[in-house]
Amino acid sequence: MNEVELLNWARGPGLAYATVFMVFGLTLRVLEILSLGRPKEYAKVRSSGVKEGFRTIIRRNLPEKHCWKYITATYIFHVGLFVVIFFFIPHTQLFKDVFGVFWDGWPNYIIDFFTILSIATMMYVLIQRRVNPARRILSRPSDYFVWLVTFLPLVTGYMAFHRIGPDYTLMLAMHILSVELLMVMLPVTKLVHAVTFAMARYYNGSNAGRKGVKV
Amino acid sequence: MTEERVDKAETLGGSLISNGVSRRTFLKFCSTVASAMALPPAAAKAMAEKLSQATRQSVIWLSFQECTGCTESITRSHKPTLESLIFDFISLDYHHTLQAASGDAAEHAREEAQKKHKGKYILIVDGAIPVKDGGVYSTIAGITNLQMLQDVAKDAMAIVSVGTCAAYGGLPKANPNPTGAVAVSDIVKDKPIINIPGCPPIPVVMTGVLAHVLTFGIPELDSHGRPMAFFGDSIHDRCYRRPFYDKGQFAKGFDDEGARKGWCLFEVGCKGPTTHNACATVKWNNGTSFPIQSGHGCIGCSEPDFWDAGSFYKPLSTGSMNMEGWATGALAAGAAVGVASGLLNSNTKSKAEAKHEPVTLEDMGAKNE
Repeated sequence: MNEVELLNWARGPGLAYATVFMVFGLTLRVLEILSLGRPKEYAKVRSSGVKEGFRTIIRRNLPEKHCWKYITATYIFHVGLFVVIFFFIPHTQLFKDVFGVFWDGWPNYIIDFFTILSIATMMYVLIQRRVNPARRILSRPSDYFVWLVTFLPLVTGYMAFHRIGPDYTLMLAMHILSVELLMVMLPVTKLVHAVTFAMARYYNGSNAGRKGVKV
Repeated sequence: MTEERVDKAETLGGSLISNGVSRRTFLKFCSTVASAMALPPAAAKAMAEKLSQATRQSVIWLSFQECTGCTESITRSHKPTLESLIFDFISLDYHHTLQAASGDAAEHAREEAQKKHKGKYILIVDGAIPVKDGGVYSTIAGITNLQMLQDVAKDAMAIVSVGTCAAYGGLPKANPNPTGAVAVSDIVKDKPIINIPGCPPIPVVMTGVLAHVLTFGIPELDSHGRPMAFFGDSIHDRCYRRPFYDKGQFAKGFDDEGARKGWCLFEVGCKGPTTHNACATVKWNNGTSFPIQSGHGCIGCSEPDFWDAGSFYKPLSTGSMNMEGWATGALAAGAAVGVASGLLNSNTKSKAEAKHEPVTLEDMGAKNE
Protein backbone atom coordinates (compact mmCIF):
# COMPACT_ATOMS: atom_id res chain seq x y z
CA MET A 1 0.00 0.00 0.00
CA ASN A 2 1.50 3.33 -1.03
CA GLU A 3 0.86 6.72 0.58
CA VAL A 4 -1.95 7.59 -1.83
CA GLU A 5 -3.84 4.37 -1.08
CA LEU A 6 -3.21 4.94 2.63
CA LEU A 7 -4.68 8.44 2.43
CA ASN A 8 -7.65 7.22 0.41
CA TRP A 9 -8.31 4.53 3.01
CA ALA A 10 -7.91 6.98 5.89
CA ARG A 11 -10.30 9.49 4.28
CA GLY A 12 -12.72 6.79 3.20
CA PRO A 13 -13.50 3.60 5.10
CA GLY A 14 -11.12 4.45 7.96
CA LEU A 15 -12.89 7.68 8.82
CA ALA A 16 -16.32 6.08 8.46
CA TYR A 17 -15.45 3.17 10.80
CA ALA A 18 -13.82 5.46 13.36
CA THR A 19 -16.77 7.88 13.34
CA VAL A 20 -19.30 5.10 13.75
CA PHE A 21 -17.30 3.47 16.55
CA MET A 22 -16.78 6.75 18.40
CA VAL A 23 -20.38 7.98 18.17
CA PHE A 24 -21.76 4.55 19.05
CA GLY A 25 -19.31 4.05 21.92
CA LEU A 26 -19.76 7.49 23.46
CA THR A 27 -23.56 7.38 23.27
CA LEU A 28 -23.60 3.91 24.80
CA ARG A 29 -21.26 4.84 27.64
CA VAL A 30 -23.02 8.08 28.53
CA LEU A 31 -26.47 6.48 28.51
CA GLU A 32 -25.24 3.48 30.47
CA ILE A 33 -23.69 5.68 33.15
CA LEU A 34 -26.81 7.87 33.36
CA SER A 35 -29.13 4.88 33.56
CA LEU A 36 -27.24 3.48 36.56
CA GLY A 37 -28.74 6.27 38.66
CA ARG A 38 -27.82 6.71 42.30
CA PRO A 39 -27.36 4.00 44.89
CA LYS A 40 -30.08 3.69 47.48
CA GLU A 41 -29.63 6.15 50.31
CA TYR A 42 -29.42 4.35 53.62
CA ALA A 43 -28.74 7.49 55.59
CA LYS A 44 -30.82 10.64 55.87
CA VAL A 45 -30.45 12.90 52.81
CA ARG A 46 -29.11 16.25 54.02
CA SER A 47 -29.35 18.31 50.87
CA SER A 48 -30.60 18.06 47.31
CA GLY A 49 -26.95 18.06 46.21
CA VAL A 50 -27.59 20.32 43.21
CA LYS A 51 -25.60 23.24 44.58
CA GLU A 52 -22.71 21.01 45.63
CA GLY A 53 -22.76 19.29 42.24
CA PHE A 54 -22.34 22.50 40.28
CA ARG A 55 -19.83 23.82 42.83
CA THR A 56 -17.67 20.76 42.26
CA ILE A 57 -17.73 21.19 38.48
CA ILE A 58 -16.34 24.70 38.94
CA ARG A 59 -14.09 24.01 41.94
CA ARG A 60 -12.26 21.17 40.20
CA ASN A 61 -11.50 23.49 37.33
CA LEU A 62 -9.40 25.66 39.59
CA PRO A 63 -5.72 24.86 40.13
CA GLU A 64 -4.78 23.72 43.60
CA LYS A 65 -2.08 25.69 45.35
CA HIS A 66 0.33 22.78 45.78
CA CYS A 67 0.42 21.78 42.12
CA TRP A 68 -0.71 24.87 40.27
CA LYS A 69 2.04 24.61 37.64
CA TYR A 70 1.08 21.08 36.65
CA ILE A 71 -2.64 21.81 36.65
CA THR A 72 -2.17 25.02 34.68
CA ALA A 73 -0.14 23.14 32.08
CA THR A 74 -2.90 20.56 31.72
CA TYR A 75 -5.46 23.34 31.27
CA ILE A 76 -3.34 25.02 28.64
CA PHE A 77 -3.10 21.86 26.57
CA HIS A 78 -6.80 21.13 27.00
CA VAL A 79 -7.70 24.61 25.78
CA GLY A 80 -5.12 24.27 23.01
CA LEU A 81 -6.57 20.96 21.90
CA PHE A 82 -10.07 22.43 21.91
CA VAL A 83 -9.01 25.39 19.76
CA VAL A 84 -6.98 23.27 17.35
CA ILE A 85 -9.65 20.60 16.93
CA PHE A 86 -12.63 22.90 16.56
CA PHE A 87 -11.24 26.07 14.97
CA PHE A 88 -8.65 24.97 12.39
CA ILE A 89 -10.45 25.73 9.12
CA PRO A 90 -9.94 22.32 7.45
CA HIS A 91 -11.33 20.73 10.64
CA THR A 92 -14.45 22.91 10.56
CA GLN A 93 -15.02 21.55 7.07
CA LEU A 94 -14.95 18.02 8.46
CA PHE A 95 -17.56 18.83 11.15
CA LYS A 96 -19.70 20.51 8.52
CA ASP A 97 -19.44 17.41 6.36
CA VAL A 98 -20.15 14.82 9.07
CA PHE A 99 -22.55 16.63 11.39
CA GLY A 100 -23.89 19.36 9.11
CA VAL A 101 -23.05 22.15 11.54
CA PHE A 102 -20.77 24.98 10.60
CA TRP A 103 -18.95 27.73 12.39
CA ASP A 104 -16.11 30.00 11.27
CA GLY A 105 -12.58 28.79 11.80
CA TRP A 106 -9.66 30.89 12.97
CA PRO A 107 -6.58 32.06 11.00
CA ASN A 108 -3.75 29.58 10.75
CA TYR A 109 -1.25 31.58 12.83
CA ILE A 110 -3.57 31.38 15.85
CA ILE A 111 -3.96 27.63 15.36
CA ASP A 112 -0.20 27.33 14.98
CA PHE A 113 0.34 29.13 18.28
CA PHE A 114 -2.07 26.84 20.13
CA THR A 115 -0.57 23.73 18.51
CA ILE A 116 2.93 24.59 19.70
CA LEU A 117 1.56 25.53 23.12
CA SER A 118 -0.29 22.21 23.37
CA ILE A 119 2.73 20.17 22.27
CA ALA A 120 4.99 21.96 24.76
CA THR A 121 2.60 21.63 27.71
CA MET A 122 1.86 17.99 26.91
CA MET A 123 5.58 17.25 26.99
CA TYR A 124 5.89 19.13 30.30
CA VAL A 125 3.01 17.09 31.72
CA LEU A 126 4.66 13.85 30.58
CA ILE A 127 7.98 14.80 32.15
CA GLN A 128 6.21 15.72 35.38
CA ARG A 129 4.52 12.34 35.37
CA ARG A 130 7.97 10.69 35.38
CA VAL A 131 9.74 13.16 37.69
CA ASN A 132 7.18 13.42 40.47
CA PRO A 133 7.33 10.19 42.55
CA ALA A 134 3.63 10.23 43.46
CA ARG A 135 2.53 10.70 39.87
CA ARG A 136 4.97 8.08 38.66
CA ILE A 137 3.56 5.49 41.06
CA LEU A 138 0.00 6.37 40.13
CA SER A 139 0.69 6.20 36.39
CA ARG A 140 -0.20 3.01 34.58
CA PRO A 141 0.82 1.97 31.07
CA SER A 142 -2.64 3.02 29.87
CA ASP A 143 -1.95 6.57 31.05
CA TYR A 144 1.10 6.79 28.82
CA PHE A 145 -0.86 5.20 26.02
CA VAL A 146 -3.66 7.78 26.13
CA TRP A 147 -1.04 10.53 26.31
CA LEU A 148 0.55 9.16 23.14
CA VAL A 149 -2.80 8.77 21.37
CA THR A 150 -3.57 12.44 22.12
CA PHE A 151 -0.07 13.66 21.28
CA LEU A 152 0.27 11.97 17.88
CA PRO A 153 -2.47 13.90 16.04
CA LEU A 154 -0.97 17.18 17.26
CA VAL A 155 2.53 16.36 16.06
CA THR A 156 1.51 14.75 12.77
CA GLY A 157 -0.91 17.61 12.07
CA TYR A 158 1.78 20.20 12.74
CA MET A 159 4.27 18.31 10.57
CA ALA A 160 1.76 17.91 7.73
CA PHE A 161 0.77 21.58 7.77
CA HIS A 162 4.38 22.78 7.76
CA ARG A 163 5.53 20.19 5.21
CA ILE A 164 7.97 18.66 7.72
CA GLY A 165 8.76 15.01 7.19
CA PRO A 166 8.81 12.66 4.24
CA ASP A 167 5.89 13.73 2.07
CA TYR A 168 2.72 15.73 2.59
CA THR A 169 0.41 12.97 1.35
CA LEU A 170 1.99 10.47 3.75
CA MET A 171 1.98 12.95 6.64
CA LEU A 172 -1.67 13.81 6.02
CA ALA A 173 -2.51 10.09 5.94
CA MET A 174 -0.59 9.56 9.21
CA HIS A 175 -2.39 12.55 10.75
CA ILE A 176 -5.84 11.31 9.79
CA LEU A 177 -4.99 7.76 10.92
CA SER A 178 -3.70 9.05 14.27
CA VAL A 179 -6.95 10.99 14.72
CA GLU A 180 -8.92 7.84 13.89
CA LEU A 181 -6.96 5.97 16.57
CA LEU A 182 -7.88 8.74 19.01
CA MET A 183 -11.53 8.51 17.96
CA VAL A 184 -11.58 4.75 18.49
CA MET A 185 -9.83 5.03 21.85
CA LEU A 186 -12.12 7.81 23.08
CA PRO A 187 -14.98 5.62 24.35
CA VAL A 188 -12.87 2.70 25.58
CA THR A 189 -10.17 4.46 27.61
CA LYS A 190 -10.18 7.20 30.22
CA LEU A 191 -10.24 9.62 27.30
CA VAL A 192 -14.01 9.26 27.65
CA HIS A 193 -13.69 12.10 30.17
CA ALA A 194 -13.95 14.40 27.14
CA VAL A 195 -17.72 13.90 27.36
CA THR A 196 -18.22 12.64 30.92
CA PHE A 197 -16.08 15.01 32.99
CA ALA A 198 -18.88 17.44 33.84
CA MET A 199 -21.43 14.83 34.81
CA ALA A 200 -18.86 12.83 36.79
CA ARG A 201 -17.85 15.90 38.77
CA TYR A 202 -21.47 16.82 39.34
CA TYR A 203 -22.22 13.30 40.56
CA ASN A 204 -19.34 13.31 43.04
CA GLY A 205 -20.18 16.78 44.32
CA SER A 206 -23.88 16.17 44.69
CA ASN A 207 -23.25 12.79 46.32
CA ALA A 208 -21.07 14.44 48.90
CA GLY A 209 -23.71 17.17 49.36
CA ARG A 210 -26.50 14.63 49.91
CA LYS A 211 -24.43 13.00 52.63
CA GLY A 212 -23.91 16.36 54.26
CA VAL A 213 -20.26 16.78 53.29
CA LYS A 214 -19.25 20.37 52.68
CA VAL A 215 -17.75 20.89 49.24
CA MET B 1 28.90 11.33 -48.55
CA THR B 2 30.23 8.44 -46.50
CA GLU B 3 27.94 5.86 -45.00
CA GLU B 4 28.91 6.92 -41.46
CA ARG B 5 27.92 10.49 -42.09
CA VAL B 6 24.45 11.20 -40.89
CA ASP B 7 22.26 13.00 -43.32
CA LYS B 8 21.55 16.46 -41.89
CA ALA B 9 17.86 16.19 -42.62
CA GLU B 10 17.81 12.93 -40.62
CA THR B 11 19.04 14.67 -37.46
CA LEU B 12 16.84 16.78 -35.24
CA GLY B 13 19.09 19.80 -35.83
CA GLY B 14 18.69 19.41 -39.58
CA SER B 15 14.98 18.93 -39.29
CA LEU B 16 14.60 22.10 -37.25
CA ILE B 17 16.69 24.14 -39.69
CA SER B 18 14.63 22.91 -42.63
CA ASN B 19 11.53 23.99 -40.67
CA GLY B 20 12.93 27.49 -40.30
CA VAL B 21 13.87 27.29 -36.61
CA SER B 22 16.93 29.37 -35.78
CA ARG B 23 19.75 28.03 -33.61
CA ARG B 24 19.03 30.79 -31.12
CA THR B 25 15.40 29.61 -30.73
CA PHE B 26 16.55 26.02 -30.44
CA LEU B 27 19.06 26.92 -27.70
CA LYS B 28 16.34 28.84 -25.93
CA PHE B 29 14.15 25.74 -25.99
CA CYS B 30 16.99 23.57 -24.63
CA SER B 31 17.63 26.09 -21.83
CA THR B 32 13.92 26.08 -20.97
CA VAL B 33 13.76 22.28 -20.88
CA ALA B 34 17.01 22.07 -18.91
CA SER B 35 15.83 24.60 -16.35
CA ALA B 36 12.35 23.06 -16.17
CA MET B 37 14.01 19.74 -15.38
CA ALA B 38 16.32 21.40 -12.83
CA LEU B 39 19.43 20.41 -14.77
CA PRO B 40 22.67 22.42 -14.29
CA PRO B 41 23.16 25.39 -16.72
CA ALA B 42 25.83 23.52 -18.71
CA ALA B 43 23.30 20.81 -19.45
CA ALA B 44 21.38 23.12 -21.80
CA LYS B 45 24.38 23.32 -24.16
CA ALA B 46 25.04 19.60 -23.90
CA MET B 47 21.37 18.94 -24.56
CA ALA B 48 21.41 21.24 -27.60
CA GLU B 49 24.45 19.47 -29.02
CA LYS B 50 23.14 16.00 -28.39
CA LEU B 51 19.62 16.82 -29.56
CA SER B 52 20.79 18.45 -32.78
CA GLN B 53 22.80 15.32 -33.57
CA ALA B 54 20.02 12.95 -32.49
CA THR B 55 18.69 10.74 -35.21
CA ARG B 56 15.06 9.91 -35.70
CA GLN B 57 13.96 7.88 -32.74
CA SER B 58 11.56 5.08 -33.49
CA VAL B 59 8.47 5.31 -31.31
CA ILE B 60 5.60 2.87 -31.11
CA TRP B 61 2.55 4.37 -29.48
CA LEU B 62 -0.06 1.95 -28.18
CA SER B 63 -3.48 3.22 -27.20
CA PHE B 64 -5.51 0.96 -24.95
CA GLN B 65 -8.46 1.78 -22.68
CA GLU B 66 -8.31 5.53 -23.13
CA CYS B 67 -10.17 8.55 -24.44
CA THR B 68 -7.49 9.93 -26.80
CA GLY B 69 -7.30 13.00 -24.55
CA CYS B 70 -3.56 12.46 -24.10
CA THR B 71 -2.96 12.55 -27.86
CA GLU B 72 -5.27 15.55 -28.16
CA SER B 73 -3.29 17.35 -25.48
CA ILE B 74 0.01 16.86 -27.27
CA THR B 75 -1.17 17.57 -30.79
CA ARG B 76 -3.61 20.41 -30.19
CA SER B 77 -1.28 23.28 -29.46
CA HIS B 78 -2.39 26.69 -30.72
CA LYS B 79 0.55 27.21 -33.02
CA PRO B 80 3.45 25.06 -34.14
CA THR B 81 5.84 25.02 -31.22
CA LEU B 82 9.26 23.55 -30.75
CA GLU B 83 7.61 20.88 -28.66
CA SER B 84 5.39 19.88 -31.55
CA LEU B 85 8.34 19.99 -33.96
CA ILE B 86 10.26 17.58 -31.77
CA PHE B 87 7.15 15.48 -31.59
CA ASP B 88 6.93 15.57 -35.38
CA PHE B 89 10.60 14.71 -35.65
CA ILE B 90 10.37 11.35 -33.91
CA SER B 91 9.55 8.44 -36.14
CA LEU B 92 6.10 7.63 -34.93
CA ASP B 93 5.85 4.18 -36.47
CA TYR B 94 2.50 3.26 -35.01
CA HIS B 95 -0.27 5.41 -33.56
CA HIS B 96 -3.96 4.66 -34.11
CA THR B 97 -5.13 8.22 -34.23
CA LEU B 98 -2.29 9.83 -36.14
CA GLN B 99 -1.20 7.21 -38.64
CA ALA B 100 -2.55 7.20 -42.18
CA ALA B 101 -2.51 3.43 -42.54
CA SER B 102 -5.35 1.30 -41.28
CA GLY B 103 -6.25 -2.35 -40.88
CA ASP B 104 -3.57 -4.90 -41.74
CA ALA B 105 -1.22 -2.24 -43.09
CA ALA B 106 -1.20 -0.49 -39.72
CA GLU B 107 -0.44 -3.68 -37.84
CA HIS B 108 2.33 -4.52 -40.33
CA ALA B 109 3.89 -1.11 -39.68
CA ARG B 110 4.03 -1.95 -35.99
CA GLU B 111 5.50 -5.39 -36.57
CA GLU B 112 8.08 -3.99 -38.94
CA ALA B 113 9.13 -1.28 -36.52
CA GLN B 114 9.43 -3.92 -33.78
CA LYS B 115 11.76 -6.00 -35.99
CA LYS B 116 13.76 -3.14 -37.49
CA HIS B 117 14.39 -1.28 -34.24
CA LYS B 118 14.50 -4.26 -31.90
CA GLY B 119 15.75 -3.17 -28.49
CA LYS B 120 16.00 0.48 -29.58
CA TYR B 121 12.48 1.80 -29.92
CA ILE B 122 10.62 3.73 -27.26
CA LEU B 123 7.21 2.38 -26.42
CA ILE B 124 4.65 5.00 -25.46
CA VAL B 125 1.43 3.72 -23.94
CA ASP B 126 -1.73 5.64 -23.20
CA GLY B 127 -4.72 3.93 -21.64
CA ALA B 128 -5.13 1.20 -19.06
CA ILE B 129 -4.96 -2.51 -19.83
CA PRO B 130 -8.01 -4.66 -19.02
CA VAL B 131 -6.93 -8.08 -17.76
CA LYS B 132 -10.23 -9.53 -16.52
CA ASP B 133 -11.57 -12.53 -18.47
CA GLY B 134 -8.36 -12.85 -20.47
CA GLY B 135 -8.37 -9.19 -21.46
CA VAL B 136 -11.30 -9.51 -23.86
CA TYR B 137 -12.69 -6.07 -23.02
CA SER B 138 -10.33 -4.22 -25.33
CA THR B 139 -8.76 -5.64 -28.47
CA ILE B 140 -6.98 -4.22 -31.51
CA ALA B 141 -6.98 -6.26 -34.72
CA GLY B 142 -8.15 -9.23 -32.69
CA ILE B 143 -5.23 -8.96 -30.27
CA THR B 144 -5.96 -8.16 -26.66
CA ASN B 145 -4.28 -5.09 -25.17
CA LEU B 146 -2.55 -7.38 -22.72
CA GLN B 147 -1.01 -9.54 -25.47
CA MET B 148 0.00 -6.51 -27.54
CA LEU B 149 1.66 -4.79 -24.60
CA GLN B 150 3.61 -7.89 -23.63
CA ASP B 151 4.65 -8.44 -27.23
CA VAL B 152 5.78 -4.87 -27.95
CA ALA B 153 7.30 -4.23 -24.50
CA LYS B 154 9.71 -7.15 -24.64
CA ASP B 155 11.96 -5.49 -27.28
CA ALA B 156 11.50 -1.86 -26.22
CA MET B 157 14.39 0.25 -24.96
CA ALA B 158 12.15 2.04 -22.50
CA ILE B 159 8.46 2.56 -21.88
CA VAL B 160 6.73 5.87 -21.35
CA SER B 161 3.29 5.61 -19.79
CA VAL B 162 1.47 8.72 -20.89
CA GLY B 163 -1.59 9.77 -18.93
CA THR B 164 -2.96 8.53 -15.62
CA CYS B 165 -4.68 5.50 -17.20
CA ALA B 166 -1.42 4.00 -18.49
CA ALA B 167 0.54 5.14 -15.45
CA TYR B 168 -1.88 4.10 -12.68
CA GLY B 169 -5.02 2.61 -14.24
CA GLY B 170 -6.92 5.90 -14.16
CA LEU B 171 -10.62 6.04 -14.96
CA PRO B 172 -10.96 2.43 -16.25
CA LYS B 173 -9.51 1.20 -12.93
CA ALA B 174 -11.91 3.32 -10.84
CA ASN B 175 -14.14 1.39 -8.51
CA PRO B 176 -15.76 -1.07 -9.37
CA ASN B 177 -13.26 -1.58 -12.23
CA PRO B 178 -15.50 -3.82 -14.36
CA THR B 179 -12.78 -4.73 -16.88
CA GLY B 180 -10.03 -5.45 -14.36
CA ALA B 181 -7.99 -2.52 -15.70
CA VAL B 182 -4.37 -2.19 -14.55
CA ALA B 183 -1.40 0.09 -15.24
CA VAL B 184 1.50 -0.72 -17.57
CA SER B 185 3.80 -1.15 -14.56
CA ASP B 186 1.50 -3.87 -13.22
CA ILE B 187 2.28 -5.99 -16.28
CA VAL B 188 5.77 -5.04 -17.46
CA LYS B 189 8.37 -5.55 -14.76
CA ASP B 190 11.67 -5.84 -16.63
CA LYS B 191 11.86 -2.53 -18.53
CA PRO B 192 12.50 1.03 -17.41
CA ILE B 193 9.10 2.75 -17.21
CA ILE B 194 8.62 6.50 -17.04
CA ASN B 195 5.18 7.60 -15.88
CA ILE B 196 3.88 10.92 -17.18
CA PRO B 197 0.49 11.01 -15.46
CA GLY B 198 -2.18 13.64 -15.85
CA CYS B 199 -5.62 13.65 -17.33
CA PRO B 200 -4.24 14.69 -19.76
CA PRO B 201 -0.52 15.29 -19.17
CA ILE B 202 1.10 18.65 -19.95
CA PRO B 203 2.58 18.70 -23.51
CA VAL B 204 5.89 20.29 -22.48
CA VAL B 205 6.35 17.66 -19.79
CA MET B 206 5.99 15.01 -22.45
CA THR B 207 8.48 16.59 -24.86
CA GLY B 208 10.81 17.56 -22.01
CA VAL B 209 10.99 13.96 -20.87
CA LEU B 210 11.45 12.79 -24.45
CA ALA B 211 14.30 15.30 -24.91
CA HIS B 212 15.88 14.01 -21.70
CA VAL B 213 15.62 10.39 -22.80
CA LEU B 214 17.21 11.24 -26.18
CA THR B 215 20.10 13.14 -24.61
CA PHE B 216 20.81 11.99 -21.05
CA GLY B 217 18.72 8.82 -20.79
CA ILE B 218 16.06 8.05 -18.17
CA PRO B 219 15.48 11.04 -15.85
CA GLU B 220 15.36 10.78 -12.06
CA LEU B 221 11.99 9.36 -11.01
CA ASP B 222 9.95 9.57 -7.81
CA SER B 223 8.37 6.63 -5.96
CA HIS B 224 5.47 6.63 -8.44
CA GLY B 225 7.77 6.49 -11.46
CA ARG B 226 7.30 10.18 -12.36
CA PRO B 227 10.17 12.46 -13.44
CA MET B 228 11.17 14.42 -10.34
CA ALA B 229 11.80 17.52 -12.41
CA PHE B 230 8.12 17.93 -13.23
CA PHE B 231 6.43 16.02 -10.43
CA GLY B 232 8.76 16.79 -7.52
CA ASP B 233 6.62 19.60 -6.10
CA SER B 234 2.98 19.62 -5.18
CA ILE B 235 0.58 22.02 -6.91
CA HIS B 236 -0.06 23.56 -3.48
CA ASP B 237 3.62 24.32 -2.89
CA ARG B 238 3.86 26.21 -6.18
CA CYS B 239 0.36 27.71 -6.17
CA TYR B 240 0.10 31.48 -6.45
CA ARG B 241 -2.97 31.30 -4.16
CA ARG B 242 -0.92 29.67 -1.37
CA PRO B 243 -0.63 32.87 0.73
CA PHE B 244 -4.44 32.88 1.08
CA TYR B 245 -4.33 29.31 2.40
CA ASP B 246 -1.75 30.32 4.96
CA LYS B 247 -3.84 33.32 6.01
CA GLY B 248 -7.00 31.21 6.21
CA GLN B 249 -8.82 33.09 3.42
CA PHE B 250 -10.95 30.67 1.42
CA ALA B 251 -13.54 30.89 -1.32
CA LYS B 252 -16.72 29.18 -0.04
CA GLY B 253 -18.23 28.81 -3.48
CA PHE B 254 -17.39 29.47 -7.11
CA ASP B 255 -19.14 32.84 -7.27
CA ASP B 256 -18.78 34.35 -3.81
CA GLU B 257 -16.63 37.26 -2.73
CA GLY B 258 -13.69 34.99 -1.90
CA ALA B 259 -13.78 33.44 -5.36
CA ARG B 260 -13.84 36.88 -6.97
CA LYS B 261 -10.89 37.97 -4.83
CA GLY B 262 -8.93 34.91 -5.92
CA TRP B 263 -8.72 33.30 -2.49
CA CYS B 264 -7.65 29.71 -1.87
CA LEU B 265 -9.95 27.00 -3.28
CA PHE B 266 -9.32 24.41 -0.52
CA GLU B 267 -12.88 24.59 0.82
CA VAL B 268 -14.39 23.99 -2.61
CA GLY B 269 -12.38 20.80 -2.95
CA CYS B 270 -8.94 21.70 -4.33
CA LYS B 271 -6.62 18.66 -4.14
CA GLY B 272 -3.49 20.75 -4.77
CA PRO B 273 -1.85 19.82 -1.44
CA THR B 274 -1.65 16.13 -2.33
CA THR B 275 -1.12 16.47 -6.09
CA HIS B 276 2.28 16.43 -7.75
CA ASN B 277 2.48 18.03 -11.18
CA ALA B 278 3.92 21.03 -12.99
CA CYS B 279 0.60 22.79 -13.78
CA ALA B 280 1.29 25.69 -11.41
CA THR B 281 4.68 26.44 -12.97
CA VAL B 282 4.57 25.32 -16.62
CA LYS B 283 0.83 25.96 -17.02
CA TRP B 284 -1.32 25.07 -20.03
CA ASN B 285 -2.00 26.47 -23.51
CA ASN B 286 1.48 27.90 -24.00
CA GLY B 287 1.76 29.04 -20.41
CA THR B 288 -1.57 30.87 -20.39
CA SER B 289 -3.26 29.44 -17.30
CA PHE B 290 -4.03 26.37 -15.26
CA PRO B 291 -7.22 25.15 -13.52
CA ILE B 292 -6.68 26.99 -10.23
CA GLN B 293 -5.93 30.24 -12.08
CA SER B 294 -9.22 29.75 -13.92
CA GLY B 295 -11.07 29.46 -10.61
CA HIS B 296 -11.47 25.69 -10.28
CA GLY B 297 -9.71 23.56 -7.70
CA CYS B 298 -7.15 20.96 -8.69
CA ILE B 299 -8.82 17.54 -9.07
CA GLY B 300 -5.57 15.65 -8.45
CA CYS B 301 -5.50 14.00 -11.88
CA SER B 302 -1.80 13.07 -11.79
CA GLU B 303 -2.13 10.97 -8.64
CA PRO B 304 -2.94 7.25 -8.51
CA ASP B 305 -6.59 6.39 -7.81
CA PHE B 306 -7.74 10.01 -7.98
CA TRP B 307 -11.15 8.92 -9.22
CA ASP B 308 -11.68 6.96 -6.02
CA ALA B 309 -10.59 9.74 -3.67
CA GLY B 310 -14.11 11.10 -3.23
CA SER B 311 -15.81 14.15 -4.68
CA PHE B 312 -13.77 16.76 -6.53
CA TYR B 313 -15.79 19.37 -4.64
CA LYS B 314 -15.30 18.16 -1.07
CA PRO B 315 -12.36 19.53 0.93
CA LEU B 316 -9.36 17.29 1.40
CA SER B 317 -9.90 17.36 5.17
CA THR B 318 -13.29 15.67 4.88
CA GLY B 319 -14.10 12.01 4.38
CA SER B 320 -14.21 10.72 0.85
CA MET B 321 -17.28 8.58 1.57
CA ASN B 322 -20.75 9.98 1.93
CA MET B 323 -20.99 10.19 5.71
CA GLU B 324 -24.58 11.36 5.78
CA GLY B 325 -26.51 8.93 7.95
CA TRP B 326 -23.45 7.12 9.32
CA ALA B 327 -23.15 9.31 12.41
CA THR B 328 -26.92 9.40 12.95
CA GLY B 329 -27.14 5.63 12.59
CA ALA B 330 -24.32 5.13 15.09
CA LEU B 331 -26.01 7.56 17.49
CA ALA B 332 -29.30 5.67 17.27
CA ALA B 333 -27.60 2.29 17.68
CA GLY B 334 -25.55 3.57 20.64
CA ALA B 335 -28.71 4.96 22.26
CA ALA B 336 -30.61 1.69 21.75
CA VAL B 337 -27.83 -0.46 23.21
CA GLY B 338 -27.28 2.10 25.98
CA VAL B 339 -30.96 2.03 27.02
CA ALA B 340 -31.03 -1.78 26.83
CA SER B 341 -27.92 -2.00 28.97
CA GLY B 342 -29.47 0.51 31.41
CA LEU B 343 -32.61 -1.62 31.74
CA LEU B 344 -30.48 -4.70 32.36
CA ASN B 345 -28.47 -2.88 35.01
CA SER B 346 -31.58 -1.54 36.67
CA ASN B 347 -32.98 -5.07 36.81
CA THR B 348 -29.78 -6.33 38.45
CA LYS B 349 -29.94 -3.40 40.86
CA SER B 350 -33.56 -4.13 41.83
CA LYS B 351 -32.76 -7.77 42.44
CA ALA B 352 -29.75 -6.83 44.58
CA GLU B 353 -31.91 -4.38 46.57
CA ALA B 354 -34.59 -7.04 47.07
CA LYS B 355 -32.02 -9.43 48.42
CA HIS B 356 -30.49 -6.80 50.65
CA GLU B 357 -30.48 -7.72 54.32
CA PRO B 358 -29.45 -5.27 57.03
CA VAL B 359 -26.14 -6.18 58.53
CA THR B 360 -25.99 -6.07 62.29
CA LEU B 361 -22.96 -5.71 64.45
CA GLU B 362 -23.43 -9.30 65.52
CA ASP B 363 -23.18 -10.40 61.89
CA MET B 364 -19.81 -8.73 61.75
CA GLY B 365 -18.57 -10.71 64.72
CA ALA B 366 -19.07 -8.13 67.48
CA LYS B 367 -19.85 -9.65 70.85
CA ASN B 368 -22.12 -8.21 73.49
CA GLU B 369 -20.11 -7.76 76.55
